[in-house]
Amino acid sequence: MTWIRWGGAMPELGHFALYLPILVPLGTAVAAAFLGRLPRTRRAISIAGSALLLVCGLWLVVQVRQEGVIASNTGSWAAPFGIVLVADLLSALLVVVAGGIGLAVTTFAVVGIDALRERGGFHSLVHILLMGVCGAFLTGDLFNLYVWFEVMLVSSFILMSLGGTRRQMSASIHYVTLNLLASALFLAGTGILYGMVGSLNMADVSLRMRELDGTPYPYILLAFFLVSFGIKAAAFPLFFWLPASYHTPPVAITTLFSALLTKVGVYAIIRVTTLVFAAQADTVRPILLAVAGLTMVTGVLGAIAQGEMRRLLAFHIVSQIGYLLMGAGLGSPLALAATVFFFVHVIAAKSALFMVTGIVQSLRRTSELADLGGLARSSPLLAGMFLVPALSLAGLPPLSGFWAKFAMVKAGLDAGSFPVVIAALAVSLLTLYSMTKIWTEAFWKPAPGGPVQDVLGKPRAALVVPAIALGAVAVLMGVAAEPFFALSLRAAEQLLDPAGYVSVVLGP
Amino acid sequence: MELLLALLTGFLYATAVYMMLRRSIVKLVIGLSLLAHASNLLILTASRPVRAEPPIIPAGAAELVQPFSDPVPQALILTAIVISFGVQAFALVLIRQSSSVVGTDDLDQMGGRDA
Repeated sequence: MTWIRWGGAMPELGHFALYLPILVPLGTAVAAAFLGRLPRTRRAISIAGSALLLVCGLWLVVQVRQEGVIASNTGSWAAPFGIVLVADLLSALLVVVAGGIGLAVTTFAVVGIDALRERGGFHSLVHILLMGVCGAFLTGDLFNLYVWFEVMLVSSFILMSLGGTRRQMSASIHYVTLNLLASALFLAGTGILYGMVGSLNMADVSLRMRELDGTPYPYILLAFFLVSFGIKAAAFPLFFWLPASYHTPPVAITTLFSALLTKVGVYAIIRVTTLVFAAQADTVRPILLAVAGLTMVTGVLGAIAQGEMRRLLAFHIVSQIGYLLMGAGLGSPLALAATVFFFVHVIAAKSALFMVTGIVQSLRRTSELADLGGLARSSPLLAGMFLVPALSLAGLPPLSGFWAKFAMVKAGLDAGSFPVVIAALAVSLLTLYSMTKIWTEAFWKPAPGGPVQDVLGKPRAALVVPAIALGAVAVLMGVAAEPFFALSLRAAEQLLDPAGYVSVVLGP
Repeated sequence: MELLLALLTGFLYATAVYMMLRRSIVKLVIGLSLLAHASNLLILTASRPVRAEPPIIPAGAAELVQPFSDPVPQALILTAIVISFGVQAFALVLIRQSSSVVGTDDLDQMGGRDA
């Protein structure tokens, strides 16, 4: 075996779609840092860059739908020696979601982020974060995944502490410590894995894992990865950093984090259990299911106890992660399809809710439920903008959350995993309860200090439009669920066919 | 040599965890940097290092023969060092900022937990 050889040929034009989701945010970040002297140009560059990323993501989905899994060797170094970029439908769809959230958040930030933070490099950091997220979704190499995680983390560290208020400091220290600990575990696991199988390419590792069959080593390695990704995904019992930190930065930043960061952790869990450690997956699935159930329940119970909108929603992030893990834990085609559907649904609905919280804060200068009230009367539009994603999150038909949970529960019943199904249904009810709590406290009850005038006028259009757009996604995925679900099913088929993935990456 | 490296790795992990569990954020950052060192040493140890066997294909031979010193773990470590260097630089700025904003080095007095 030779250790170094040239792959030779130029990548096909279509494979260029694999590089764009990394190059576009990088270019936008640089452009926003150096070209945008005026805040207005900087914002325009940032919004245009996110829109371009969304388009690139859609192109990638089209490519993957036509050709199946696509892979490209960066620098023409042949796999498994070089780094490969791989896109299956799950990765491609998540890139689209990242682009969409980027667009929504950068638009929201026009009003939602103060001048100080904007000068501090907010727009560049958002795009560096998007680059890290897209890189993590597209890479087919474990060490490269670590590097993308770090790209994402470093920019999130700065976004988390940007502005430097007292609240943010303590939260940032928790956030940084726990995430660095997770990264160190991931790095250690990757190092040991390389020492054992001599490869880092995920496809190649999944083949070489067979040499370790019958030994306990794969499980030890898998434990490293699951614990580290579990911390990043905020799974039970490793989630405490999330509710302690997510409510401190401005809402635009919290929205971005809640939409993408924890989801990358879940994506990584799905990737290692369906591809790298596919042979060991059956043994760990019951553990994943138990973790999923506990994550849902503790998250929602934490949410019920909160009296402030952002903290309440931060606990709901944890709770929804439980549903995503439930799909990974069940591992059947239907369950994975439900997970893919759930990804898109929960990211849209949760981001819309955070943005509504941001609007409430900009109107009333508080997000404490006790101090709020009368919003339904003073701005019915905002009430509608809250109600749609809130009911979708709780899982009421005909909104997106209903189909996502319906498929998930069906998959759970098919597999006979009744405890987790019961947990999922009970948590849905409790989610509805805590959404009702926000509704009655903030929107329905009379305002504590007498009637208040709220104007959602033109100055706040940049806040309102992205929130409505994300709410519309929840409606669209609900009323026209079929095409989305068909796509999710195809994504699940690809996930459950690791041999197909391997043959695309390493050649037949 | 591997035994020595393994013991040293374990010692570094133990020190890192000890430092991270202290209540001072300066010690926390020292702990985090020790953790990075421990992971780097672990990568080197796990890849079965050999001495004085450069990975160069001898003249006339077609491929490398064992044992040779694998360059990949060293490349990984180099990347990890650069990353942890950047992260530690950030962490130092963070604790500098937090001590000037909050005025304490003690995590308990920062109003930690859910402040």
